[in-house]
Amino acid sequence: MSALLRLRGITKVYPAVVASDRIDLDIEPGEIHAILGENGAGKSTLMKLIYGVSQPDEGTIQWQGKTVHIRSPAQARQLGIGMVFQHFSLFESLTVAQNISLAVKGSIKQLSAQVEETGEKFGLPIKADTVVHSLSVGERQRVEIIRCILQNPKLLIMDEPTSVLPPQGVQQLFETLRKLRAEGCSILYISHKLEEIRQLCDTATILRAGKVVASTDPAEHSNESLANLMIGRTIDPPVHAPANTGTSNRLRVKSLSHVPTDPFGTVLKDISLHVSPGEIVGIAGVSGNGQNELMRLISGEELHTIDDAGELRINDTCVNRLNPLQRRTLGLGFVPEERLGRGAVPELSLSLNGLLTAYRHGLTRLGMIRFGAARDFARQCIAEHDVRCGGEQSLAGSLSGGNLQKFIVGREIALQPSLLVLSQPTWGLDVGAANNIRRALLQLRDSGAAVLVVSEELEELFEISDRLHVMFDGHLSPSLPTRGTSTTQIGRWMSGEFLQEAATGAENH
Amino acid sequence: MLDSIVFLLAGTLAAATPLLFAAMGEAVVEKAGVLNLSIEGMMAVGAATGFAVATISGSYVSGFAMAAIGSAILSSIFAVLVLFFLANQVAAGLAVGILGLGFSVLIGKNHEGQTIKSLPDLELGWLSELPFVGGVLFSHDLMLYVAIGMIILVWWVLSHSRLGLIIRAVGESPDAASAIGYPVVLIRFLAILFGGAMAGLGGAYLTLSYTPLWAEGLVAGRGWIVVALVVFGMWRPLRIALGAYLFGAVSLLELFIQGQGFSIPSQLLSAMPYIITIVILVIMSRNPRLIRLNHPASLGQSWHRNA
Amino acid sequence: MAYRLVTRTETSLRAQLLVPLAAIVLTLLAGSVLFSLLGKNPLAAFHAFFIEPLSTRYGIGEVLLKMGPLLLIAQGLAIGFRARVWNIGAEGQLLAGAMAASALALHFDTSESAWLLPAMVCVGTLAGAAWAGIAAWLRTAFNANEILVTFMLSSIALQLLYYLVSGPLRDPMGLNFPQSALFSDAAMFAPLLDNTRVNNSLFLALAASLLAWIFVQRSLSGYKLLIGGLAPQAARYAGFSEKKAVWLGLLIGGAAAGMAGVGEVAGPLGLLQRSISPGYGFAAIIVAFLGGLHPIGIVFAAFFMALIYVGGDMSLVSVGLPNSSATIFQGLLLVFYLACFLFANHRLQKVEIRH
Repeated sequence: MSALLRLRGITKVYPAVVASDRIDLDIEPGEIHAILGENGAGKSTLMKLIYGVSQPDEGTIQWQGKTVHIRSPAQARQLGIGMVFQHFSLFESLTVAQNISLAVKGSIKQLSAQVEETGEKFGLPIKADTVVHSLSVGERQRVEIIRCILQNPKLLIMDEPTSVLPPQGVQQLFETLRKLRAEGCSILYISHKLEEIRQLCDTATILRAGKVVASTDPAEHSNESLANLMIGRTIDPPVHAPANTGTSNRLRVKSLSHVPTDPFGTVLKDISLHVSPGEIVGIAGVSGNGQNELMRLISGEELHTIDDAGELRINDTCVNRLNPLQRRTLGLGFVPEERLGRGAVPELSLSLNGLLTAYRHGLTRLGMIRFGAARDFARQCIAEHDVRCGGEQSLAGSLSGGNLQKFIVGREIALQPSLLVLSQPTWGLDVGAANNIRRALLQLRDSGAAVLVVSEELEELFEISDRLHVMFDGHLSPSLPTRGTSTTQIGRWMSGEFLQEAATGAENH
Repeated sequence: MLDSIVFLLAGTLAAATPLLFAAMGEAVVEKAGVLNLSIEGMMAVGAATGFAVATISGSYVSGFAMAAIGSAILSSIFAVLVLFFLANQVAAGLAVGILGLGFSVLIGKNHEGQTIKSLPDLELGWLSELPFVGGVLFSHDLMLYVAIGMIILVWWVLSHSRLGLIIRAVGESPDAASAIGYPVVLIRFLAILFGGAMAGLGGAYLTLSYTPLWAEGLVAGRGWIVVALVVFGMWRPLRIALGAYLFGAVSLLELFIQGQGFSIPSQLLSAMPYIITIVILVIMSRNPRLIRLNHPASLGQSWHRNA
Repeated sequence: MAYRLVTRTETSLRAQLLVPLAAIVLTLLAGSVLFSLLGKNPLAAFHAFFIEPLSTRYGIGEVLLKMGPLLLIAQGLAIGFRARVWNIGAEGQLLAGAMAASALALHFDTSESAWLLPAMVCVGTLAGAAWAGIAAWLRTAFNANEILVTFMLSSIALQLLYYLVSGPLRDPMGLNFPQSALFSDAAMFAPLLDNTRVNNSLFLALAASLLAWIFVQRSLSGYKLLIGGLAPQAARYAGFSEKKAVWLGLLIGGAAAGMAGVGEVAGPLGLLQRSISPGYGFAAIIVAFLGGLHPIGIVFAAFFMALIYVGGDMSLVSVGLPNSSATIFQGLLLVFYLACFLFANHRLQKVEIRH
């Protein structure tokens, strides 16, 4: 039997990096094939090449034994290749059925019936007439999968599909994928999560720095040996000593409710939390459950309105009506989820990006910028956090995601915040860069600062935080000490179970 | 008295027609995610081209057709700037607008100040004889009804057709539309050409039916009112049309008030459409959530496919 | 061999200088095609456009005269544009300045005080800022789009001017002509060069350019405005107020335009009349872009645009070019500039494909 898809010598060069380096890959019909690699290893680039989003500079692609040039996603779909994106390609203002009709032939009415039917068959329940913006992230993924299935793909590409699901959701998804495999559809499963791959996949191709380092049956490996193949060097995770927590509150959120200005945003409901000096508090949860809205309220980018309930206090000052600048003066540092365009300005040099939040720290005089001081400040951030770049005059947009993030975190830490709030601090970073940032956060904690981290990565939160909250549908769970709490419990809470526990708890009283 | 009401209402329909053409075009362009501010210049080119061609050839059909083509050609310059050279859409709109005003003068230079016989009204027989209704609704030229047809067409296409779904998808998220295989740049290009052609028809309606003469600066800010109309209409064709008729009525009222001999400075009356535009704009823009819900999410942003 | 568009990783000064030059060259090429189509000799046309104005003392004076308001307004607008605050109504703000200053000059028509002219400059500047301030207020308080509001305010200002010159400010001895009485000498800028019309108001524009350079290149406020334009989310994150940026961007543009309006009525015109500006407010938008929104670039751009204005007038007479050629030139310049600008931030990279 010949391979469904065969890649030979595929190479793709981007200005700074060789993203795919002479890659060979064979996908058999009816197998679940993993592409394993850490962030930045070239997994996404490879997928884009297969799905026709971009074209290889060298090498050949064979589909069912014939050489093909896949010039566009439309052509890929015609061949029978479907893809579920990590960042969804759905239209928020359209309904589920309308979204699907953009990719699948048929009237809205026919499609609506098909959507619900297919959803039932594969364990992906969804209502066809719902507008997408009201769906949770997990539901959106279902829509994407259904959209692919309806096109009868022979190969389905899934890019980090479990990053948007709570742990139970992962098992459901695996069921769905196994059903698809049983129908003869091959699945290309991209992930950096070893356990998942060992559970689900028949074959794993492991990428490192754009090259294939191994192709193997993952069930025959342990997590450790897969990790060794994937990373290629040993990396010690940061040491997480017990916290030495103070008694005061650096951040206190009291019964906060908020309706965001963005009509597509999540409404926050009765949120309470506090962070004390010397501890790291984590907020777990599938993204899109109100984490962004909460972060914007804490940073002051969105203001608490008169119609909202509750109170935000930073270092014992009520900040409900204070702007981001005033909150910074009270000791807040903030690292947003988006690095380009929010945490940093891509078109400007690192030294001007340092100025963005550091200008109050002696970088201006009489309203004029002290350019020398700004350069020194940027140089210091670069040196202290091992930011790989051409120097402080490099444009922020020219740095890799990991290096830019190290710069931003470094900038915020250099301002000596008494409270540092971070959103997805290591998203998309390779293990080395991620560990550097985690170590820096622990160091900051040990120096007595309060740290609040929102992250999708449970492992990361368990690695660095002292207490954990879970966010679901605009609600925040009570906190649990990380030591002595299992990932299973947090996983259950991620699908909202803490709300029922709270309800039964209330009845029992 | 009844006569003057008939005159006012019929005049409202006629005054709104140039705005309607251009606004329906701009609605489609903006729904596809592109802000084209060059309407004033495109209408001017349409006005001059339509007038010149109709005068020389004696054919209204050629006049309107060449007006549409001329403005579409001008809009293609805008399209190339924003779609291929990724130019800032505001600046590109201004640039092409200025260019259009310059070209309109050049095109109309042999006809400056000339008049033409107005596009004849349709023969609608007994319909036109109906009391009141006949005078208001059934005593107009063909293009006025074409404009009404365009409202219905654009409304139907945008809200009920597959094509409209695609246009809206491209305007909401070009990345997502491209990822599922739609040629974003091509769709936007065609939308811009359509917008150009419609602005051209609107301009030609001014010189071939409404005024009917050519003079430099004859469009007189209508192109900008059209941009405002699309905002007040919240990008919905029927509301935009309502706005256009409202403006038609305002400009007629100006003539009416002057005719009645009220002692209001004529300059105040001339400034009225602009003042009213600002007032309505302020009222409609106050609720950012309402805007956010209706406005095409990628409006005004450059986009190119990452390869 | 194929090419791929790549974002520059460092700003290139060379590219930034080449972009406006390339735009000018392309405009000239397109212009010569256009002139040939009109049956004119392109070389003669260009001679009339670009050489004639600079070959006489009077011509140079005229170019400098027109450069003043263009430079002043463009410096003001550019500061707003860098913050993506789109003030396209400088023409109206110029008129507001002209009207306010004229009212003062006419009220004190017998004054010989040396303070009259400075007072007119102040009043005119404030009036321009106030006219733009309406747009800032409507944008910050009601979210009304400033592009549309500033344009509409321009049209309203024009009607206001028509009203003033045909009523309250009309010269009572002027046989009902729609214009005011002549200003007294104390209300006029002194001439700068003999036998030309250029006057001291040019220094206002040069001083404004220096201030603009300090503001844009050195000051924290200028930096904040720039961030607001480049990355609004980052500005919000850093705590730079968007409302302040809108106010500042519009007020500075309005003030500069208002001041330019004073320069017109207290300069070459010497009275208030229906036509005050040959579209300086719109041409300055082009000047601002052509100068790369950079205070130094704008000085050169303003000179070039002034040359087009004067050359347009001269070629009308000497070569018989249509009077719209200047407008077309302006439009072409901006079109080509915007096209070339892609290469200020991007470069083409050769991609070798081996099969």
